[in-house]
Amino acid sequence: MEDLNFQHKARARAGGSRKSAIIGVVASGNLEVLAERVLPDGECRLEIKTAAVGFGDVWQAVVADFVERYSPGGLKFSINDGGARPDTVSLRLAQAVRLIEEDGQ
Amino acid sequence: MLMSIDAETRTTAATWQRHREARDARIEAGSRLARGKIVEARDATRLMEAVIRPGDRVCLEGDNQKQADLLSGALLAVDLAKVHDLHMVQSGVVLPEHLDLFDHGVAKKLDYAYSGPQSARIARMLFGGKIELGAVHTYLELFARYFIDLTPHVALIAAVSADREGNLYTGPNTEDTPTVVEATAFKDGVVIAQVNEIVDRVPRVDIPADRVHFIVKSEKPFFVEPLFTRDPAAITEGQILTAMLAIKGIYAPYGVQRLNHGIGFSTAAIELLLPTFGEKLGLKGKIATHFALNPHPALIPAIEAGWVQQIHSFGSEVGMDDYIRARSDIYFTGPDGSLRSNRAFCQTAGLYACDMFIGSTLQIDLQGNSSTVTTSRIAGFGGAPNMGADARGRRHPSEPWLKAGSEADPDSPAALRRGRKLVVQIGETFGDKNVPLFVEKLDALELAEKLKLELAPIMIYGDDVTHIVTEEGIANLLLCRNAHEREQAIRGVAGYTDVGRRRDRNAVELLRQRGVIRRPEDLGINPLDADRSMLAARSIKDLVRWSGGLYAPPSKFRNW
Repeated sequence: MEDLNFQHKARARAGGSRKSAIIGVVASGNLEVLAERVLPDGECRLEIKTAAVGFGDVWQAVVADFVERYSPGGLKFSINDGGARPDTVSLRLAQAVRLIEEDGQ
Repeated sequence: MLMSIDAETRTTAATWQRHREARDARIEAGSRLARGKIVEARDATRLMEAVIRPGDRVCLEGDNQKQADLLSGALLAVDLAKVHDLHMVQSGVVLPEHLDLFDHGVAKKLDYAYSGPQSARIARMLFGGKIELGAVHTYLELFARYFIDLTPHVALIAAVSADREGNLYTGPNTEDTPTVVEATAFKDGVVIAQVNEIVDRVPRVDIPADRVHFIVKSEKPFFVEPLFTRDPAAITEGQILTAMLAIKGIYAPYGVQRLNHGIGFSTAAIELLLPTFGEKLGLKGKIATHFALNPHPALIPAIEAGWVQQIHSFGSEVGMDDYIRARSDIYFTGPDGSLRSNRAFCQTAGLYACDMFIGSTLQIDLQGNSSTVTTSRIAGFGGAPNMGADARGRRHPSEPWLKAGSEADPDSPAALRRGRKLVVQIGETFGDKNVPLFVEKLDALELAEKLKLELAPIMIYGDDVTHIVTEEGIANLLLCRNAHEREQAIRGVAGYTDVGRRRDRNAVELLRQRGVIRRPEDLGINPLDADRSMLAARSIKDLVRWSGGLYAPPSKFRNW
């Protein structure tokens, strides 16, 4: 296991009003992402627990692109990763933002 | 002196039918083992020894699906003093026996097209010098050479049944048989067929009796493998996202109605998204109506939902027989009701009458060249290069072809401008076992260097590829104006592979602004839709249900 943390400035606050959203599953090659609206609007944090050790630079690249593309201001992401491929991680992160932006609880 | 030259000239002139005489002598020798045309299975090896001569070109029918397995076993058992150093000219090197022939010394030289399941062993044997390689061909290319410089002396083919005259019924997997027989029988060759049964009257005549010289009844039906069945249960969300990108970003804007699909999971995902995602986009009747395609079970929901008008097939697929019979509006069928496939015609249809080929590959380089060869596997080409190539002989216009042509060459006058076939490579940036799809240098090049081949085995040349689709987006190579743009467009959809991470971020952003690269968000695709609930069928059992119980999946796909 490896713990990784990333802190980013976001251009804008993530849309919608939901407090939290969860998507994905902890399984081999998959991951679970919990997004919570708990940070100041211009900030974004990701806390990752991953089963695959030694991929910090790929995570850094995936996270930086994600923040730039989706501007998830105000969100903290807690991630349980079962060794997912970077493309799966990107998709889950995008899904988490879209989910928290949707109407409802 | 003058006399002798005259004599020699006359001798030559008097023998204009040497091939026919040789053929007749072979048939005469074989006939001693036959009653009429029928030879017992136990005499099959003796039949081979009687009709095959050392160094002969032999076509051992190895199709995608249908295998002349009894005859390949019989050939393997020949006395090497009588039969050796054969030159095998066959489209598929599929069974272990096909390569055992080279290990044993029965065969020496090989010209072929596809070696899927034997790809690792054929690579080892080529490196070990066990096989003298002519060339790896595309199907149409090898078939063409059957009529020019690789005409078989003997063809060993497979059919479902024969009558006592020798008329053959191939069943739904007609595949290569008519082409092989045409080339062999009409150029003084010998045709030997293995059949599952001998009947009074065949259901339909796929091969007329006067082209068949010997029939061997096999104890067990010829080997057939389900090659085109993709279990919807194994389709990933990444593949669904990629498939949605293709539908919304390529099928829709070009209005692609006539096409061929590869056999991977990404295209299976497209097939299963037509009645759901495609329906939502209002694309029914506007895209994916006419196919050159094997009877893919994954297309059943789209057919049932009224999307598909017509399908011509290279071969059949295990378990689809009853469904095809009941849907003769869609498929090509004989007077007996069963599918009539034909690889040569369907390949031609894919080349000339389809506006798009979309399929997966194992490696793509920075120029867009793609290859399924890796250093340890030589899978051959099969059909993809014929369908995944611009047909330079094409002259009929169509909307997608003209639009692609104008994107590639906006400045020429429209009436003088060639259209372009859409050739789309689709896949996830990381494939099986996290192997990257994108590479700086193809393994095929390394292989060509090691084997001293004059040509690297490229499946689809970069200059034929028009689009690359990954989960990260679509790169439209038609809109690239130079090699640098092309490279950055490819890097720009290569995700987090090394190739993708070495992109020039500014150049990629500029390409995105020009619409050369389009991301899911540019196309208004909601990542939450990349969900398995989007698939019209999520299991093999769902496909059976869609088919009204007509699709009978082989046991390896049943888990209920």
